[in-house]
Amino acid sequence: MTEKQLSIDALRMMLNSRYFEEKTEELFKAGQIHGTTHLANGQEAAQAGLCMALDKADWIVPTHRCHGFTICKGSSPKAMFAEMFGSRAGLAKGLGGSMHMPDAGHCNLGSSAVVGSGVPLATGIAFKLKFDSADSAAFATSTNQNPKLCPPQPVKNISVAIFGDGASSRGSVHESMNIASIWKLPVLFYCENNHYGMSASSDKMISVDKVSDRASAYGIPGKVVDGNDFEEVYNSVIEAASYIRSGNGPYLLEVMTYRFKGHSKSDRRLYRTSDEEQQWMLRDPILLFEQKILASGYMTQQEIESLEKECKEDIENQAGQALDTCSDKLSENEVLNLVYASEEERL
Amino acid sequence: MTFREAIRKAMADEMAADRNVVLFGEDVGVYGGCFKVTEGMWKEFPDQIIDTPVSEEGFTGMAVGAAMMGLRPIVEIMYADFYTLIFDPIVNHAAKTHFMSGGQFCCPITVRLPEGSGTGHGAQHTQSPEGLFLNSTGLKLVAPSNPSDAYHLLRASIRDNNPVLFFEHKLLYPTEGEISNEPVPIGKAKVIGNGLDVTIIAYSHAVTTALEAAELLKENGIDATVVDLRTLNPLDKETIFKQVQKTGRAVLIQDPNGIGGIDAQVCAAICQDKKTFSSLKCRVLQFSGKETPVPFSRDLEKLTIPQAKDIAVAVGKLF
Repeated sequence: MTEKQLSIDALRMMLNSRYFEEKTEELFKAGQIHGTTHLANGQEAAQAGLCMALDKADWIVPTHRCHGFTICKGSSPKAMFAEMFGSRAGLAKGLGGSMHMPDAGHCNLGSSAVVGSGVPLATGIAFKLKFDSADSAAFATSTNQNPKLCPPQPVKNISVAIFGDGASSRGSVHESMNIASIWKLPVLFYCENNHYGMSASSDKMISVDKVSDRASAYGIPGKVVDGNDFEEVYNSVIEAASYIRSGNGPYLLEVMTYRFKGHSKSDRRLYRTSDEEQQWMLRDPILLFEQKILASGYMTQQEIESLEKECKEDIENQAGQALDTCSDKLSENEVLNLVYASEEERL
Repeated sequence: MTFREAIRKAMADEMAADRNVVLFGEDVGVYGGCFKVTEGMWKEFPDQIIDTPVSEEGFTGMAVGAAMMGLRPIVEIMYADFYTLIFDPIVNHAAKTHFMSGGQFCCPITVRLPEGSGTGHGAQHTQSPEGLFLNSTGLKLVAPSNPSDAYHLLRASIRDNNPVLFFEHKLLYPTEGEISNEPVPIGKAKVIGNGLDVTIIAYSHAVTTALEAAELLKENGIDATVVDLRTLNPLDKETIFKQVQKTGRAVLIQDPNGIGGIDAQVCAAICQDKKTFSSLKCRVLQFSGKETPVPFSRDLEKLTIPQAKDIAVAVGKLF
């Protein structure tokens, strides 16, 4: 892919993510969507930068703030809206909602609504990817040899454990980093640091300056980058993924970003100042990227505006189409039949 | 073959048939597992027996994620008491994965939980927590009482596309028995004897107590049928109803305390089935563990679980 094409695709992904969140907020406020939602306005570069740097067959396990990751990994916004309308056409047939949008076809395991609990699951995906790779026998013999001494075994695909600064305090995250390190599992620990776990500032809740400082405790590389700069995120993910694919084991990448909206729809944002919010909005990842695209001559201002219009209309249309079929819900019997898997089912 | 060997053989047979069957657990390799269940297996299956760090939540969650990708992991939790550490991956994830993904993912994980008192390990190494998982829709619960059932049910659990919690009472490990050629499906209780006077329903180690009580009753001319539940969820209500209707008397025995447990569920089922409830000639008797943590002292420890002679005396008074 040319640099130009990649940039245009990246802008499209970020715009789709932003307009998806704006439409979602509008639908929630209008009472057309039930429950709650966690919007990721402002985190588009962190989400698109990751997903676009991955192979199609790399797996992700997003956080509860999952819409952008899900769009950028390739899921249909229409099926995502349908999921939030609780209808049959939703990614999870309307059983998941805003926080649960698994899409096996796009290698997205879906999010855990228990903060930090998706990280062990992503480590499990990495285990399976390594187990299935050609020389898996050597690594798994943890009973009769030291896995740390095994030579690196390249793997084709990796798994990404996405978590926030809040989740970085969970025991499950620390256990997973240790496990992944001793077995050199192909997992990218991707900390999307948006500075707040609900209302709790990461400055108050985390004992080190940066979450990535903790990497050394698990014997893995750690790096922190500007999460509002698409190119920096993208290039760092390529570098980290390449290290992991070479069989070196996990990598902790922290991307610093900021959510423009509250934690969820009920958040009045009393824990931070509007001045702070304004400062971050000056660093809107989409604006920053558009400036770069203009400066590089890949697009004119008019072309950018035309792309914005196109993306906005597309998201509007997809929401509309999902709304058209929103009354088609699963029957009670269908719901009950989904509790257990049948004998024939396999992934 | 002992109960311990039967479990080992079930895992080995499944591992030989399918490389995706992998065991995760603490000290399951060279050490052979805390209760020597996995002894020697690491030699035959070097890439399928995986010693883990002391990170129950981490490695169980990892096994859940791997299961969603098609692995068939078995997780050995050293003592069932450590269930508290795996509640999140099992209850919030494994149990709900198929449902929450609209059927996109299965979670074929089997968790082996050595449980029960009688070994002098104190209150944090002797619990039988199966009742706590009854309320977690999406799990299957299995608790065999003899080597043959343990062998067949563990194989069925590993092959099941759903998460299964497999409870192994520690006192059963050295018990001997023949392995039947007949597979045992999950969800089917076993009927022992054909006494027409009383139906005693139990599972796991309490089946031993039930059989002892049946012997004592026989000496007094009372003939009992014993129902070994084997699977605790889903309950084999059909067999329970049929066997209770046959005698008109239901006696329930379980080792853990009786609040919100398996026997409470069996009792509720009996009370709600019109034909079975109408068939009762007397009240249902329930014998459960005492409502106390398990004491260390040998004599006191024994006091906390139902005893055959007490059961025989109480049942005798029903006639």
